[in-house]
Amino acid sequence: MQKYFQQEIETMPREQIKSLQNEKFLKQIQHVWNDCPDYRRKMEKAGVTPDDIKSIDDISKLPFLSKDDLREGYPYAMLAKPLSECVRIHSTSGTTGKRVIAYYTQHDIDLWDECCARALVAAGADKNDVVHVAYGFGLFTGGAGLNGGSHKLGSLTLPMSSGNTDRQLQFMTDLGATILCSTPSYAAYLAESIKERGLRDQIKLKAGIFGAEAWSEEMRRDIEANLGIKAYDIYGLTEISGPGVSFECSEQTGMHINEDHFYAEIIDPDTLEVLPYGEQGELVFTCLDKEAFPVIRYRTKDICVLTKETCSCGRTFIKMVKPRGRSDDMLIIKGVNVFPSQIETVLIDQGYQANYQIIVDRVNNSDTLDINVEMTQEKFTDNLGEVAEMEKKLVSALKAMLGIYAKVHLVAPKTIARSEGKAVRVIDNRKI
Amino acid sequence: MTEKQISVFLENRYGQLHEITDILARANINLKALNIAETRDYGIVRILVDDVAKATDALIADGCVVSVNPVQVVAVPNVAGGLNDVLGKIADANIDIEYMYSTVDGDNGNAKLVFKVSDEEKFKEILG
Repeated sequence: MQKYFQQEIETMPREQIKSLQNEKFLKQIQHVWNDCPDYRRKMEKAGVTPDDIKSIDDISKLPFLSKDDLREGYPYAMLAKPLSECVRIHSTSGTTGKRVIAYYTQHDIDLWDECCARALVAAGADKNDVVHVAYGFGLFTGGAGLNGGSHKLGSLTLPMSSGNTDRQLQFMTDLGATILCSTPSYAAYLAESIKERGLRDQIKLKAGIFGAEAWSEEMRRDIEANLGIKAYDIYGLTEISGPGVSFECSEQTGMHINEDHFYAEIIDPDTLEVLPYGEQGELVFTCLDKEAFPVIRYRTKDICVLTKETCSCGRTFIKMVKPRGRSDDMLIIKGVNVFPSQIETVLIDQGYQANYQIIVDRVNNSDTLDINVEMTQEKFTDNLGEVAEMEKKLVSALKAMLGIYAKVHLVAPKTIARSEGKAVRVIDNRKI
Repeated sequence: MTEKQISVFLENRYGQLHEITDILARANINLKALNIAETRDYGIVRILVDDVAKATDALIADGCVVSVNPVQVVAVPNVAGGLNDVLGKIADANIDIEYMYSTVDGDNGNAKLVFKVSDEEKFKEILG
């Protein structure tokens, strides 16, 4: 079986990676200084010129970019190539504000596709596989990324996009799809539908690549058990390229960052100080060789840890642990940090679906946290006392995990919308 | 006599009960008895129907969460003290009542009592 998509790069000795990064980085800074007026202005404001940057170790002299910077410059923020050389755009969902548009040259698309092909091979795929891509296609990077990766690998690619469950299952069974790529919540939904329709014996899936939203280890185990596959995590964001910025290998202990293209730092989100490997902080990325949309020191808001230990898979790229949550997903309720992923962990532990909705409000100057949870056929009993007891158990498990009281509302099954793209799990009604 | 009762999880939301009766009506199910146990946030609708299997299938197909359990049904004459006599016998036999409700038997005007009890065998001995 093929182990790597690009063995020479993926298993490159550390010193060589460092010097490759160094070389690309210096070229990139020259490129943004010359061709990207937005970032040049930022550098000038910070009093830095390319002359101050002698190696990648000088990166800390450069200013950070935030999502707000990219929004303010809409629609051409950080554009560093003439439009005539750009071949495509993608865009963020814009759920929390103005959309960010990312531009790609053919070179940018190629390197992104390669990153996704590496992820597919790490998940056990090769050209003989049938890759079922059930991420949304369109402005969202999910569909395009894995579709491109699968083409690069030479696998038969099913560009299913999301939605229309009957058609998904028909193609999955009729064409014997072996690799599923989707959001984890959509994978869980498909698994549920496969179970309901009694199709488990007819699917040939062996692995899945799931990303674009937060999911817990418990959810992974659930999907793996329900589909009989190995489930791999993949990470990325439109601002950096899309899925495949980092990807999991068979060890499943973190995601290898494609360091030949993306340079990662962890910073303290308050002091903005760079933190050493192993410490938790905000993840910051620099694109080392993207042309059209070369973000430098982009603050992802993802809270995570970088690890440098050697990996049994042979890849030498550093790994990032699954982000604990996004600092913009993080809710501060009654002064306590709450990540939706923590709530999900408790729900799955207690035998509920990972489908839930969090409603935060402020009543009489005090925060309230309400969680809508779907009742399941397995947990339902005719005895009101037992249902109340179950609810009490869930409330105390949530209290133990979060440190604050959450009011649980049991709701009828399938009344909380399943996501085909990204789930809207949090409704914050506080007017602050 | 023992009958199968269907319990349905009921979310506290406008129209939920109607959704359930609507599913049953469309499946041409006749309700013989209905009772609701509720807390502030949710409830359980308990029903006796003429076709348990068909009703259960229809409810599950529409996404309801259901549970089917045996209950004891006792007919009592529609006169003063009717319920009192039955409850007296149950108390004397030391049988716990988890819950009960009553309904009227449309055929003869008798009252029908529906019991969920701790000891069904003993219940049947004294009231069967």
